[in-house]
Amino acid sequence: MNMVVCCKQVLDPEAAPSTFKLDAANNRMVQPPEVKPVVNPYDEQAVEAALRIKDKDKTQKVSIISLGNNLVRDVVKKPLSMGADELILLEDAAFDGGDSFATATALAAAIKKIGQFDIIFCGRQESEWDDGQVGSGIAEILGVPSVTVAKKVEVIDGGKLRVERVTADGYQVLEVSTPCLITISNELGEARYATLKGIMAASKKQPVIWKPADIGVDKVGAAARKSKIVKLFQPVKEGKCDIVSADSPAEAAVLLATKLRENKVI
Amino acid sequence: MADNKGILVVGEVAEGKLLPITAELLGAGKKLAGELGEALSCILISDRVGDAAKAAIVAGADKVYVTEDAQLKDYCNDTYMQVAEKAVADLAPRIVIMGQTSIGRDLAPRLAFRLGVSATMDCLELDIDPASKLMNCTRPVYGGNARAIFTSEGIPQIATVRVKAASPNAPDAGKAGEIIPFPVAIDAGKVKAKVIETVKEEIAGVKLEDAAVVVAGGRGMGGPEPFGKELAELAKVLKGAVGASRPPCDNKWVPDSIQVGLTGKIIAPELYIAIGISGSSQHMSGCSGSKCIVAINKDPEANIFKEARFGVVGDWKVILPPFTAKVKELVQ
Repeated sequence: MNMVVCCKQVLDPEAAPSTFKLDAANNRMVQPPEVKPVVNPYDEQAVEAALRIKDKDKTQKVSIISLGNNLVRDVVKKPLSMGADELILLEDAAFDGGDSFATATALAAAIKKIGQFDIIFCGRQESEWDDGQVGSGIAEILGVPSVTVAKKVEVIDGGKLRVERVTADGYQVLEVSTPCLITISNELGEARYATLKGIMAASKKQPVIWKPADIGVDKVGAAARKSKIVKLFQPVKEGKCDIVSADSPAEAAVLLATKLRENKVI
Repeated sequence: MADNKGILVVGEVAEGKLLPITAELLGAGKKLAGELGEALSCILISDRVGDAAKAAIVAGADKVYVTEDAQLKDYCNDTYMQVAEKAVADLAPRIVIMGQTSIGRDLAPRLAFRLGVSATMDCLELDIDPASKLMNCTRPVYGGNARAIFTSEGIPQIATVRVKAASPNAPDAGKAGEIIPFPVAIDAGKVKAKVIETVKEEIAGVKLEDAAVVVAGGRGMGGPEPFGKELAELAKVLKGAVGASRPPCDNKWVPDSIQVGLTGKIIAPELYIAIGISGSSQHMSGCSGSKCIVAINKDPEANIFKEARFGVVGDWKVILPPFTAKVKELVQ
């Protein structure tokens, strides 16, 4: 089985909100020096979903695709150190500034160039724009079925998959024929750590780099957008927290309850 | 598609009842329809729509299209797409809006890519630009740290609206409206991803999304026990529900279904008590609509205090027992 996982390099979404600043003129966030790029956490879990299938049969192949510009090698190679087989980078300044439409179009073209695939995995959404459309978009362009927000993926008989899809009050179980696309949610569980052996192996592997011309797409990045950002701004927070304090924590607790009552909150 | 007109809400129905998100979408849709001077329609897709069609009129729809088929009982992209595609082709709306729900977040992108237009997901506000007549969509980005207003030129414009972000219209029992059957011959041969089972993970007591009071715990709870004990006790006293931020769910202390946050439940209770929760943007996206947030956290620098109305800095183990006892005394 050939599996392809799409991984995006993002700025660490776990960074403290106080470090967040906007570059409103260019419609993007400023990268604070203390915030490091990482693999989008949902994409890392998508790698995990593929590797769990590979764990059962080592002959299965996991290819990673990352799209961007000036990608940090130690970051984009992380899936290799977790156990993926190869890394393809769609790396060029022209890929900058795309929206979900531009990204899905380029990724779908790259997957077509790879050729044979059985399962494409994506994270349910990336942590910068939180759009959650690229997976469905790739599936639509390639004309394959998609199941989004999955928490479990197993290969069953006849080249089919059994997928558990998270819903508001539980989950759906689906049977999906391959080739198909699955997006992975955090309910899958934590992604594995890179092993020392994996890091050594990854350091020896060189990524394959494809430019827009290599994937046969005329318009990429900002030029391929379907959506336009009218305005990007930070909402104003009132930030008027009444911190209740007293001589002891127990007294503060009682005072808090009393205040809530006075303010008709309880 | 220059002649496309009107707003089409893709509503949601369960067991013949209109779900709250549909009334919210009709609230958002009526505003857009008013700004455009065009009609507000709603399509209801299910195995059995029943009285929900009438309820959609009472909630503001001018026309309700009803697509009923046994194959539409459970949401499945391959069947619902057949209905959505035909609805856009036949009804030619200018704007299509859905909920940012299990259904909408799956259906909207696929429909947009099939039509070659753009979808804007998880919107908080929708407005019409009077000059261009195009919809502007305001949505949170960067994990809730910022907001962006998006627009697009492809028609229909498609957007999903966050749960509880839009206010429903005041119910109008006397409102005129038309209920129109919209049959779609579902081609089972196109179903490549087939739903074989639907599992409901019922939580005892008040449902998190309906609760007026939510008592939520985070990483600071240290393990599963306090969720069933101290938090459950406070929730019981306040007739509320217990929630959690993502770490307790990821650590399997509590079921995933009680996660509050961008990728969990989005709730807007009267009172949200956040205990041992740092208040990441991801989490705040799920509860920032609460009327009043109360925080108990031992870190005075925790982001949650920037979002809360009242707070106590300290160890919840020391604070919670006397707090619950006092609340119990006050509410009785």
